[in-house]
Amino acid sequence: MVKRFLALLLLAGLGGIFASLLAGYIPDAELNLTARYYADHAAGDLGAANIVTAIIVTYRGLDTLGEVTVLFLAASIVGLVLTHRQKHDPRPGQPARTRAPVGELLTTGTRFLVPLILLLGVYVFMNGHLTPGGGFQGGAIIASGILLLLLADPLKHFSHGLISAVESLAGLFYILLGLVGLVLAGGFLDNRILPAGELGALISAGAIPLIYSLIGLKVGAEFSSMLASLSETEEL
Amino acid sequence: MNILMTAMTGLLCLAMLGSAWVAVTGKGSGQRVSIAILASGLVSLFASVLFLILAAPDVAMTEAAIGSGLTTFLFFFVLSRVRAGRQDGS
Amino acid sequence: MIAQLSIATGFLLILIGLYGALIQRNILRMIVAFTVADTGVNIVIVAVGFMAGRTAPILDAAVPVADAAARIIDPLPQALVLTAIVIGLGTTALMLAYAFKLYEKRRTLDIDKFTDLRG
Repeated sequence: MVKRFLALLLLAGLGGIFASLLAGYIPDAELNLTARYYADHAAGDLGAANIVTAIIVTYRGLDTLGEVTVLFLAASIVGLVLTHRQKHDPRPGQPARTRAPVGELLTTGTRFLVPLILLLGVYVFMNGHLTPGGGFQGGAIIASGILLLLLADPLKHFSHGLISAVESLAGLFYILLGLVGLVLAGGFLDNRILPAGELGALISAGAIPLIYSLIGLKVGAEFSSMLASLSETEEL
Repeated sequence: MNILMTAMTGLLCLAMLGSAWVAVTGKGSGQRVSIAILASGLVSLFASVLFLILAAPDVAMTEAAIGSGLTTFLFFFVLSRVRAGRQDGS
Repeated sequence: MIAQLSIATGFLLILIGLYGALIQRNILRMIVAFTVADTGVNIVIVAVGFMAGRTAPILDAAVPVADAAARIIDPLPQALVLTAIVIGLGTTALMLAYAFKLYEKRRTLDIDKFTDLRG
């Protein structure tokens, strides 16, 4: 009871702070200085129609590199924590894991849908500089295709080697592209190592489609490895 | 148009708060964890519609794919493992 | 008006989520509460960047480059929230992995049963 009272007291204080913040909120009428710079220069300098993508990939590219690294750390810790026990869990006499078949609908649906889902994921991250979407969304879509495969065949063991190979190669090329930008253009992860092209064309915005595709592959591989290691835990 | 939009946003916010309350306190769900997980997925889905209203299509896509899709599945993977253990009688 | 409504909803979601994380004793329910609070934070940040009557920060035929600064909303909060959502999934997966590990050791998810650090 004391615990609940203390929690409510804390929340009341926090709610008071939030209420005063909300009462003092005045919507901006004009873009602030940073946003104005991005709005004026993203199309002209970088050739990207989607300004959010321009910010993520180029203006704040280093942050994105850090974010992908954090995600990689999370995925590898999940793998480390969850696969440790399989070494010392023989449970002799018990046959290999079996489970009821998942049904014809899911099996056939998976065979039909997974290529389409993967195609949609690739489309989303190839067009990140033109339309809403990009590497993170495309990576999540690819991971949901992998999830469908996991659901259709729970006993199948995914090749962790393939997943980690895709993940590390994408990361390696991402950093190499950044270093090329350091040599040929204005700085680390500068996208102007390739011509900016015409605004709105698929092959435009310099290296942004290339970098975002690499991010998409890397994020998709990381999410897939998280899902695979969570689904490969044995039932307790 | 503007009033209609505001009213729709208000309804969306109310629905979101309601499902968040179900997700967090378990009221009206018979205290089942699976209902709580589904309700939190619903909060994310409503949030992605709200992001669309707030003119942030990129964020809406991310929230729909990650927040309401993959997160819910991660929860259900863990829940199914935990439940299987509970049936063992331990 | 839409922005104020959204900010208020985001704040309420944060409060609801924190309330659940403090009150619940089942670890899975605490993690659910944390994801609700996470969604609330994201809504607040996006709503602060919203301006009524403007469109999304994507340039096309409807939003020419010349008057982009007068037509689009602030793109920076959106970029930040995009990052935050992806990181949110990473932290949720970590929490779930540790919850599973704890269940494996103790066969319970009740936080009151974990008393190792109680002096």
